[in-house]
Amino acid sequence: MIEVKNMSKSFNNKLVLNNINTVFEKGKTNLIIGQSGSGKTVLMKCCIGLELPDKGVINFDNRPFSTISEKKKTDIRKEMGVLFQGGALFDSFNVEQNVMFPLNMFTNKTPEEKLERVNFCLKRVNLENVNKLFPSEISGGMMKRVAIARAISNSPSYLFCDERNSGLDPKTAEVIDALISEITEEYDITTVVNTHDMNSVLQIGQKISFLYQGQLWWEGDKTSILETDNPELQDFVFSTELTRRLKKK
Amino acid sequence: MLKLLGEYLILMFETFKRPDKYSVFRRQLMIEFIGLGVDSIGIVAIISVFSGAIVAIQTAYNIDSPLIPLTMVGFTTRQMMILEFSPTIISLILAGKAGSRIASEIGTMRVTQQIDALRVMGVNPANYLILPKITASMLFNPLLIIFSIGLGISGGWFACVITNLVTSADYIEGIQGWFEPFTITYAIIKTLVFALIISSVSGFLGYTLEGGSVEVGKASTKAVVYSSIIIIFFDLILTQMLLV
Repeated sequence: MIEVKNMSKSFNNKLVLNNINTVFEKGKTNLIIGQSGSGKTVLMKCCIGLELPDKGVINFDNRPFSTISEKKKTDIRKEMGVLFQGGALFDSFNVEQNVMFPLNMFTNKTPEEKLERVNFCLKRVNLENVNKLFPSEISGGMMKRVAIARAISNSPSYLFCDERNSGLDPKTAEVIDALISEITEEYDITTVVNTHDMNSVLQIGQKISFLYQGQLWWEGDKTSILETDNPELQDFVFSTELTRRLKKK
Repeated sequence: MLKLLGEYLILMFETFKRPDKYSVFRRQLMIEFIGLGVDSIGIVAIISVFSGAIVAIQTAYNIDSPLIPLTMVGFTTRQMMILEFSPTIISLILAGKAGSRIASEIGTMRVTQQIDALRVMGVNPANYLILPKITASMLFNPLLIIFSIGLGISGGWFACVITNLVTSADYIEGIQGWFEPFTITYAIIKTLVFALIISSVSGFLGYTLEGGSVEVGKASTKAVVYSSIIIIFFDLILTQMLLV
């Protein structure tokens, strides 16, 4: 469980996040949604420690995170898996070395044990026989899956995914969504997904937090989001031609 | 300027920390030995041989007085290679080759969020990325410079022999005469300082990069320009401190 309490963040005197209070629940896929510029990425960056909140606290299972030193943050960071927008795979490493990286850094497993774990994780994301390929040799969807495999290789307690469907076709995006949802339930981890893709929202949104102009505007799940009478959220949910047509029907 | 210096010192403080895992550090170090050291052998060899040859021929042509023995050609070539050419000019060439490589590699990692990925994994990115490069440069560059001195002097001998400007015996006598062992120490000290400058300044410019791919190119160019200027500046200071 990740708890965000009274959190605010500004850049150059411009308030980007204003007094955010929310809880990302364990064993659930928690979505942060909102338009571009609503503060989703900043909220996630604060949660993973890439930005420091100006005010408020972030706790990981009742352990303070945002207020402690960088050195102490390392222990909590070792329990995190992060899937970045572009995958952020290491160019100079092949797929196997990328997935093995957290195991090399933080475990004392033997090379055989590490390889076994890597193969298990790659198989879990439906990738096989790609161990020796480099990131430049695989497709965008495969990169995302390798990044998921790397994120789960060290059995994280918290999984963060930032706009993981950007640049993917709808079918591949659905596969990635399903994978994240399955992994969350299978390993009982706290997953936080940052997205503006309504397909993802309706597919995996077990808990949804809607950000509007830097404020937490609405919270609910994938069923209640369709029945909301909140005008700003309605505007966001039914912003595409397709969703508007579906609503009419 | 002061802000930049402060940011550089903070980054170096992060860089010179105990590696998270020594086995990973050793592996990275071996990669950098090859990338920054072994891969530079070719260019260093070619430039050193030709420069030694040019210095020898120019010295021979400029000795007009019969009072100056021809052994001075070998002596001058040796002194030029040890005191200035190998440590400074080769370091400037390495600033171009290795410096731009370091800045563009780390800069690309910055814009593609690979550095963020390292940080959120709990790895100290500065230590993981920059320390092996600094260590490899400081260990390998002195070897490159010794190699360059040897090749430069050999190039001078070869040029003298094929052009018949100086006999082989005179040249060899010249390179053996009035030898001060401290000049080698001086060359190595300069090389170590220059290696630190090239790797740390280029690493800093790549690591602190903000923006996209255009900025990677700019950082790469800046790495070469800044490293070269700082090398020349420190060359003056070290020469004044160590030789005068």
